Amino acid sequence: MNSHLNQPNALSPVEPLTLPRVSSTVSAEAPPSANPPKAEVRALNFFYGPKQVLKNINVTFFQHRVTALIGPSGCGKTTLLRCFNRMHDLYPGNRYEGQIMLHPDGVNIIHPQTDPVEMRMRIGMVFQKPNPYPKSIFENVAFGLRLRGVRGSELQGRVEQALRNAALWDETADRQRDLAFSLSGGQQQRLCIARALATDPEMILFDEPTSALDPVATAKIEDLIAELKHRVTILIVTHNMQQAARVSDFTGFMFLGDLVEFDQTQRLFTNPSQKLTNDYITGRFG
Amino acid sequence: MTSLTTIIRRSRLRDQMFIIVGVLATLLGMITLLALLLDLSRDGFGRLHWGFLTSFPSRHPEKAGILSAWVGTLCVMVVTASTAVPLGVAAGIYLEEYARRSWFTEIIEINIANLAGVPSIIYGLMALGLFVYQFNLGHSIQTAGLTLAILILPIIIVATREALRAIPQEIREAAYAQGATRWQTVWFHLLPYSMGGIATGVIIALSRAIGETAPLITIGALTYIAFLPPSPVHPESPYNSMSWLRSEFTVLPIQMFNWVSRPQKEFHLNAAATGLVLLVVTLSLNAVAIVLRYRIRRRIKW
Ligand SMILES: Nc1ncnc2c1ncn2[C@@H]1O[C@H](COP(=O)(O)OP(=O)(O)OP(=O)(O)O)[C@@H](O)[C@H]1O
Ligand SMILES: [Mg+2]
Repeated sequence: MNSHLNQPNALSPVEPLTLPRVSSTVSAEAPPSANPPKAEVRALNFFYGPKQVLKNINVTFFQHRVTALIGPSGCGKTTLLRCFNRMHDLYPGNRYEGQIMLHPDGVNIIHPQTDPVEMRMRIGMVFQKPNPYPKSIFENVAFGLRLRGVRGSELQGRVEQALRNAALWDETADRQRDLAFSLSGGQQQRLCIARALATDPEMILFDEPTSALDPVATAKIEDLIAELKHRVTILIVTHNMQQAARVSDFTGFMFLGDLVEFDQTQRLFTNPSQKLTNDYITGRFG
Repeated sequence: MTSLTTIIRRSRLRDQMFIIVGVLATLLGMITLLALLLDLSRDGFGRLHWGFLTSFPSRHPEKAGILSAWVGTLCVMVVTASTAVPLGVAAGIYLEEYARRSWFTEIIEINIANLAGVPSIIYGLMALGLFVYQFNLGHSIQTAGLTLAILILPIIIVATREALRAIPQEIREAAYAQGATRWQTVWFHLLPYSMGGIATGVIIALSRAIGETAPLITIGALTYIAFLPPSPVHPESPYNSMSWLRSEFTVLPIQMFNWVSRPQKEFHLNAAATGLVLLVVTLSLNAVAIVLRYRIRRRIKW
């Protein structure tokens, strides 16, 4: 029943179920999958009430790599992303089945006994529409740190560091007390990234972070993601296939709740193994 | 067939007719309020001077004042606000942010909406049975304050819920996604962002409570009173005392009612002056609410 899955281990095409944790993959110079796995999704099903939206998802995301999720509208990309920080817990009637193992400790993120607050502290999120708090720029970044008990001069320093890492410090150094709403859309989104970065998460989830932005702001965010992957594992949902090709090391193609294909980005876009994937990336539907 | 221009002309006419009706309706409201103010001022303004605010009521209309009435109103409002605000805001937060939708919360919701429409004298009757006879709180400031608190509770609950509902869901998700607990989300984000709406609701609720007469007469407020409740602060230890809560009292509208029901014309002037004071207090409360709402809207726009 998993035959539609294609994991990135080309040397064992006869065993489509084998876990893709191996470095035995293809390319000569340091293959992207040489990194240890950061999160392993196993037999994940997800239901909004009676409606099943994710169907038996199996995939591994590698540490300090950018993985893009693409697919037509409504295929479940956002739903999959929001399983990682248990956002679905906020609404009644939602149900997970299966496992998402977060490494190095191997905790199952979606286990009912796992504390969602702890998972959200370890895994940050950047939303589709910039959603800064109606507070000052400083307070926006400081909130997550305050939640973790950071105070005083350390707080100052870490807010500045986060703003620097989000390439926003130069523009905001002298307006820390200004309302976040006074920033442009692109700056607001970088503020949201700074907010997520401030607390040193192990992983950051991006849900179409640039869909509300102009090309210049988009380019800035993409550069930022390329920069950030040296310190965090990144999962990004995007509708823009050029973007997926530009920023990601791996890409997963989803369709109607299935993960149809998962591979190194370059291979998925140049030589997809599934006809459905090919149809989608060549723009035949979606 | 009517031509297009005729149809448009007819629609325009109807548009204009509504403008006239609308302006008239608005004017009617304004003019009534203005006439009321003028009438009260004409009768009462002459009596408004410092002595009127610092004297007890008296048999001689020209020496009578509203000292005990406004102190009573102030004390009752302090009790009302300090019980209704925390209870109402807490209930609003619970219903909006914590309670899962169920038949039980549906019933509570419908009941809160209904409570806001219950005639105030019914609250007085209930308070008489509960606070006066059951809990033995007396015909006192505390009974009056609690009665009015229950009266305005639904207004505060509804205002709190509406203020919370105006906050976009993305803000909550942002906070939760950072690892905030429900309470941290409420305390650091939702409450501050809804403060303007809540404060507006509280002020409007208090300005309603300030004019309530029937429920306080029902619980046995005095109509003629020539003493003040004991002071809450004392020169010697224990320095403060809450005995004022158990004091008997009167309030501005009851004082007014008392004077109106006298045969002598001079007392009617006192009543008008009291009405003027009451009206000015309520209108200024509403003005504060409007300014507050305007300023918050300018600062936080979603
Ligand atoms: N809260 C919800 N309750 C019920 N169904 C939902 C809910 N949210 C999403 N869905 C459904 O789940 C499916 C997947 O939605 P999801 O938002 O994950 O898609 P997506 O791939 O992110 O789409 P898009 O590219 O448009 O953002 C859709 O069919 C959608 O209608
Ligand atoms: Mg989506």
